[in-house]
Amino acid sequence: MSVTIEKAAPLTVGSHVRDYLSRVRGGDIGSLPAVLGLIALCVFFGIMRPAFFSAGNFANLFTQGAAVTIIAMGLVFVLLLGEIDLSAGYASGVCASVLAVLLTFHGWPWYAATLAALVTGLVIGLAIGFMVAKVGIPSFVVTLAAFLSFQGIGLILIRGGTNVPVRDEVLVAISNKNVPPALGWALFLLGVLAFAAIQLWQWRNRHARGLISEALAVVLFRIAALVVVVGAAVYVLNLERSRNVLITSLKGVPIVVPIIVVLLVVWTFVLHRTAYGRHVYAVGGNREAARRAGINIDRIRISVFVICSFMAAIGGVVAASRANSVDANTGGSNVLLYAVGAAVIGGTSLFGGKGRIMDAVLGGAVVAVIDNGMGLMNASAGAKFAWTGGVLLAAASIDALSRRRAAATGNR
Amino acid sequence: MSATPLLELRGIDKGFGPVQVLRDVNLTVYPGEVTALVGDNGAGKSTLVKCVSGIYAIDSGQIFFEGLPVSVNSPRDAATLGLEVVYQDLALCDNLDIVQNMFLGREKRSGLVLDEPTMEQLAAETLASLSVRTVKSLRQHASSLSGGQRQTVAIAKAVLWNSKVVILDEPTAALGVAQTAQVLELVRRLADRGLAVVLISHNMNDVFAISDRIATLYLGRMAAQVKTTDVTHSQIVELITAGRSGNLGLSENGGPR
Ligand SMILES: Nc1ncnc2c1ncn2[C@@H]1O[C@H](COP(=O)(O)OP(=O)(O)OP(=O)(O)O)[C@@H](O)[C@H]1O
Ligand SMILES: [Mg+2]
Repeated sequence: MSVTIEKAAPLTVGSHVRDYLSRVRGGDIGSLPAVLGLIALCVFFGIMRPAFFSAGNFANLFTQGAAVTIIAMGLVFVLLLGEIDLSAGYASGVCASVLAVLLTFHGWPWYAATLAALVTGLVIGLAIGFMVAKVGIPSFVVTLAAFLSFQGIGLILIRGGTNVPVRDEVLVAISNKNVPPALGWALFLLGVLAFAAIQLWQWRNRHARGLISEALAVVLFRIAALVVVVGAAVYVLNLERSRNVLITSLKGVPIVVPIIVVLLVVWTFVLHRTAYGRHVYAVGGNREAARRAGINIDRIRISVFVICSFMAAIGGVVAASRANSVDANTGGSNVLLYAVGAAVIGGTSLFGGKGRIMDAVLGGAVVAVIDNGMGLMNASAGAKFAWTGGVLLAAASIDALSRRRAAATGNR
Repeated sequence: MSATPLLELRGIDKGFGPVQVLRDVNLTVYPGEVTALVGDNGAGKSTLVKCVSGIYAIDSGQIFFEGLPVSVNSPRDAATLGLEVVYQDLALCDNLDIVQNMFLGREKRSGLVLDEPTMEQLAAETLASLSVRTVKSLRQHASSLSGGQRQTVAIAKAVLWNSKVVILDEPTAALGVAQTAQVLELVRRLADRGLAVVLISHNMNDVFAISDRIATLYLGRMAAQVKTTDVTHSQIVELITAGRSGNLGLSENGGPR
């Protein structure tokens, strides 16, 4: 009965590759530019400054890029609706200030202070979402106003221009300590096995039901690729990177890495495996169609701002941990632009409806590599900003051009 | 009349601010029949549909579904009743695939997780039962579908949900000859399955080819609702353009006869 549609063409490795290439030609390039750009940048910096490829610098990349990547993950949700949150950077600053002030001035334990910071993020998101969805002010304007206000609130919270130290061991560990090598391998094994199990189970399930499914080789290739890439990363991070082993030993996966992985998995699950995520894409793709399908548009719109500010709060905690302190500039200067840049460079469209959480991670890596590599080359802060801005512009151009191409080929 | 009407509208009024778009509109729709809703541009056809489907709130009047008075306040209410609308501007999400569009807002889940295989299977069965063979893959994005394919997906959605009433707003307006024939055939098949179908169209050939009844809106009023076999082409054209034809339609002073 359903024969005509399902058994149309069994998928093979060849058809998978052909299908991918035709999608790329049709303007659906996804993260391809980010991956290619990342490889090119690494090769370039690796040649110019061999130190770029040292284990120590590799670990640095993660801790440097963590906060921006986490904030970018939240921004993906907002961008999926074709909205923008300009206040995400300073929102992370405000949340970090709340954390530091409660911790240092009021003597709260780390978990209570962290919880307060995260709740602050939720409240901020709720307020922004309400202004956008219920009051009907464009998100650009609401978050521009918030951008300014949060800068001020941050200043007030930390009582002027001083610098509030964060000395709690647990909090400092987040961005400065590493997972013991053995535990790192155990987590790696656990993650890889879980990924393989899910992939194979899904494949078998579709196969058993007679639905068209990818060639098994494609699934196996994907699992193998994950094992190789992540395995290599864990191996390098587990190398000794202390300059003098007699004084201290420095090895292991930075603690922020598993944190980022968990956030990546959780939000990817939410976006791709739940009805909520499906509705986010629907509202971003065609708001009127979503409304007619009975989706509560306002709720979806508010929720993405809540998620974005919540992720900004996590980013703020990570940033505070890395700096061991919070000041008026936490979450300021280039943080927001780097985060938006990361999402867009990774392949999330500024026009809404297209993007993945993985984009934030890939784009975050590109931004971190530029920042880090140019630092190694002793480039000035000015040059770093100029180059990152250029890359962002390039990514936005690719987004706009691929959209045009997609429209021309009927893909969008 | 043979059966009780599935959907009945009585005295529907709808205005947007100072503009009175619908005035005292009555409409009866029977199961197993195609009721054509015709009228000039701006007569209020799309507005009437949106009132029935819960997108616009009506100012006054009553809606009866299977003989019972109902209030439709949102698209969800309409869907719960078993009323599905295929809109003139074909609201599909271009960034979602066929299955995702067909199940939008009513996703099948197992626990918290979307049950993709089940949704894909149901979608495939529905399209197959309608003898739809024009789509390549159920996982292609709506953006890559032709006008006729989009229309087909939208109609299949109505069947998928076992709707009792399906309203189609100009489903063939943008289609070529072959695709128009396909969609009309699909529309007729819906009625033959016992669904009540309302078809809005400007094409008199289509209307006479597949409808059982014709309802004519004239400047927001229901000019006449007649059996297709009882009228001629030219009578309907007159009703559309002048609001009356012979002893059919609105009286001289604009009120109903
Ligand atoms: N949201 C609105 N606000 C104000 N006026 C409206 C609105 N929607 C429709 N109208 C007016 O109501 C009248 C009827 O419009 P409607 O779209 O129902 O016509 P129609 O019969 O579907 O025409 P067509 O055949 O061109 O699709 C038009 O005069 C239109 O300008
Ligand atoms: Mg219309």
